[in-house]
Amino acid sequence: MQLTNRAKKLEKKPMTLAERAYLPAIFQGLSITMRHFFMKKATVRYPEEVRPFAPIFRGLHVLKRDEQGRERCTACGLCAVACPAEAITMVAGERKKGEEGLYREEKYAVSYEINMLRCIFCGLCEEACPKAAVYLQPDKIAPPRYERDEFIYGKDRLVEPVSPDARSVRGIQLTADQADTLRARMA
Amino acid sequence: MIELPALGWQSIVIFVVFALSLLIATYCTYAERVIAAFLQDRVGPDRAGPYGLLQPLADAVKMFTKEEFFPGGANKALFVFGPCLAMITALMSSAVIPFGNNMSFGNNAFFLQGIEVNIGMLWVFGVVSLGVYGVMIGGWASNNKFSLLGAIRAASQNISYELAMGMALIAVLMISGTLSLREITLQQSVAGEWHTWNIVKQPLGFIIFLVCAFAETNRTPFDLPECETELVGGYHTEYSSMKLGLYLFSEYVNIFVVSAVMSVLYFGGFNFPFQYELRDWFVNSQGWELASAQNLITLLGTVGLFLKIFAFIFFFMWIRWTLPRFRYDQLMRLGWTILIPLAVFNIVLTGGLILAGVI
Repeated sequence: MQLTNRAKKLEKKPMTLAERAYLPAIFQGLSITMRHFFMKKATVRYPEEVRPFAPIFRGLHVLKRDEQGRERCTACGLCAVACPAEAITMVAGERKKGEEGLYREEKYAVSYEINMLRCIFCGLCEEACPKAAVYLQPDKIAPPRYERDEFIYGKDRLVEPVSPDARSVRGIQLTADQADTLRARMA
Repeated sequence: MIELPALGWQSIVIFVVFALSLLIATYCTYAERVIAAFLQDRVGPDRAGPYGLLQPLADAVKMFTKEEFFPGGANKALFVFGPCLAMITALMSSAVIPFGNNMSFGNNAFFLQGIEVNIGMLWVFGVVSLGVYGVMIGGWASNNKFSLLGAIRAASQNISYELAMGMALIAVLMISGTLSLREITLQQSVAGEWHTWNIVKQPLGFIIFLVCAFAETNRTPFDLPECETELVGGYHTEYSSMKLGLYLFSEYVNIFVVSAVMSVLYFGGFNFPFQYELRDWFVNSQGWELASAQNLITLLGTVGLFLKIFAFIFFFMWIRWTLPRFRYDQLMRLGWTILIPLAVFNIVLTGGLILAGVI
């Protein structure tokens, strides 16, 4: 039965003396492997050598701040709804008086967690966000860890650091101003 | 002036040769992995130390610290004895190989060779044939069908290929007329000529010997005794920790020895081109004493021999990562119906050429 016209008729010819002697074929094979010996190696020595990311690469999430260093996220939950992997959970809270320097709107995320083991890095949260708060960074990936719970990223690891000399209060990084405000309020 | 009794000198040489074969076998494991990687466009182990040079050390630590496992129903004594025998025989055979010409200090002259005997070649063959008992005993004592099959394969393969190997060797012995490896080496050096190596006189014999050497050392394409696609691990299926290490190690020692034997028999051993011219140049133009010039030539010759050996070891590995494994009936057919008749033909041809006065 002929299905296509691409079938090639093959004839089984008796082997020639050179073919039966093995040796020419062996030398041919040896020359091929020797060519590969001097070829450029495909290996990337990973921790020392990192392959360049594509400019549109979707990597680790970041929760952005606005120009004055306030968190943009209002805990509306649209990202969590958009997430096909159900990797995002959050708890919303009301901004108290005196916290205007910390949070942009009256409502903010008390906790915001992304499970990096569930996340498929599709970027739908980024598209859903009305406040331009959540972004997938093009140059960072979730590093390997030993424990599963270390892959649940909270605000301490998600919120964008304010500046190189930012201080950390309870795991949340603040500007010097914000830290002073907070300390004054607590005192 | 160093005064050493001949026996003392010999024991030093033996010790150095012993240490060297172990060192070379150690780094063969590393070389094998790196060469395999390079032939496959990878880079190989490069984490332990610079260029991964400490990798054999890491492997040894791994081997020593692994669990020592004895399979149920195994014959314990033989199970331990198998790898020991494989290692001992592998190490013993290098004793008669001439690693260099003579060195002289004052009135004392020494050979850079463990033992100089007039049956050197017989010794190598006898000891190497014993090596298969290590594999057989280990495979049998494991109380495992796969091990037993691997052992049987090793035994029948070694016996089959030893015949062709021995007959290829006979042609060399017909030319040299001696079994002493040192004599065979010295015959391959004629002042003023460089193409006096036996490979020129015995190209067919060398190819037969080379193929048989692959089979004798259980290397690809003849590694059926440890054929992992059919026999799990072959004769060392049940082995773990350093007992397995000894088996793997003895394979590399065997490769080293067989490379040395091939260099001596066919590639002029410690001779290198223009050695006499170089010695005379040192004596005549540089005003050296004849003895010290000879010592230098000897050392250079030793280096040359090791270069030849390393080239052969590289060739062994190069073949391994190029050719697929033979099927068992193909292996037997190649041995019995091709190599042995070829070897017989080679003997007749050599005899004819000797009678005709060509070689």
